[in-house]
Amino acid sequence: MARRPEHLAPPEIFYNDDEAKKYSTNTRIIEIQIEMAERAYELLTLNEDEQCLILDIGCGSGLSGSVLEDNEHIWVGVDISKSMLDIAVERDVAGDLVLTDMGDGMPFRPGTFDGAISISALQWLCNADKSTHNPHKRLYKFFSTLFSCLTRTARAVFQFYPENADQIEMVTSQAMKAGFYGGLVVDYPNSTKAKKYFLVLMTGGTTPMPKALGSEEEEKRINYIKKRDMCREARGKPMKKSREWILAKKERRRRQGRDTRPDTKYTGRKRSGKF
Amino acid sequence: MRLSTYNFLTSKAIKGVKVGFPLKLTIAKQDVVESEFNPTFIERLLPRLDWSGIRLAAEVAGLNDDIPAELPANVAENEELLKKLHHLLLEIDVLEGQLECPETGRVFPITDGIPNMLLNEDEV
Repeated sequence: MARRPEHLAPPEIFYNDDEAKKYSTNTRIIEIQIEMAERAYELLTLNEDEQCLILDIGCGSGLSGSVLEDNEHIWVGVDISKSMLDIAVERDVAGDLVLTDMGDGMPFRPGTFDGAISISALQWLCNADKSTHNPHKRLYKFFSTLFSCLTRTARAVFQFYPENADQIEMVTSQAMKAGFYGGLVVDYPNSTKAKKYFLVLMTGGTTPMPKALGSEEEEKRINYIKKRDMCREARGKPMKKSREWILAKKERRRRQGRDTRPDTKYTGRKRSGKF
Repeated sequence: MRLSTYNFLTSKAIKGVKVGFPLKLTIAKQDVVESEFNPTFIERLLPRLDWSGIRLAAEVAGLNDDIPAELPANVAENEELLKKLHHLLLEIDVLEGQLECPETGRVFPITDGIPNMLLNEDEV
């Protein structure tokens, strides 16, 4: 199994100048980040006509922010790595950048943002990089301060890479404790590579959870039955003893000039049990 | 850092700080970045902004005359004021300077337009 960057070093050290440079030069990394940011933006379901103020948590070099820019929104990004933010400044992103640790809480006033997105950042909070770090407490502090700095109809969408089921449990339980509701959307759950976890959190209102991509099993089953029926019809002959079969038989008899009872609504019906 | 973001920032993440707003802003170097004027966005932004914070920002940025002491009741019709607010909040970019916590006096430096809000272990 590939080594996880969280195990190598804390984020402010892992994302040094070399690593940060990849985020402005490596087209594969850029492509994946943009794709995930677009999906996260879709899950955010913002009102398209309005210009909104969005918080980008773990904005890094501002790749996810550029998706927000394309959709004409104003964004503010926070990140713990100075090197990554320097790349963002170099790329001349439109959003404002703040250097802060998400585990210390979001340094914003209540009711500021219309939504929040975060691409591949949340898993960093699940690790204790210093002796003073307690992942549960840091997650709770993060979610509770995020909850307060969002408006009351906002959504927060986190794409993240959980290491195991325990981490998912830890993250979602702390989010619920902070007052959010919502849950996990897993895109392409049957694929190892394309599988993506999105934590969709809502601050208020009752909106249904969005559908995950690549998990339309039920629809497939219905399609198959429909197809089978169509095949049968295509072969021309209706099922024996069905109404269609009886009507066709009667029609044939009429053409032959034989004595045939007229077609009524009772034709082809089962007798009631009384008879 | 634009001044709208300044208006949103607090230092309440520091242990023991209750409000942490408004931070005391000092500008060493600033720039003006032109951006598209969207009156409806400014209108939507206004209820979230703190007027005293806007006044403080205007004072530091040297645009004190543009911003009235009180928020006028019919801002929506006052396009001139909206334009001035747009200029103050979204076009002025603070490149170098510092933010100071009103309660503890902790200083957050701003370098390359990025405020450093990182805290030490003993401050959380």
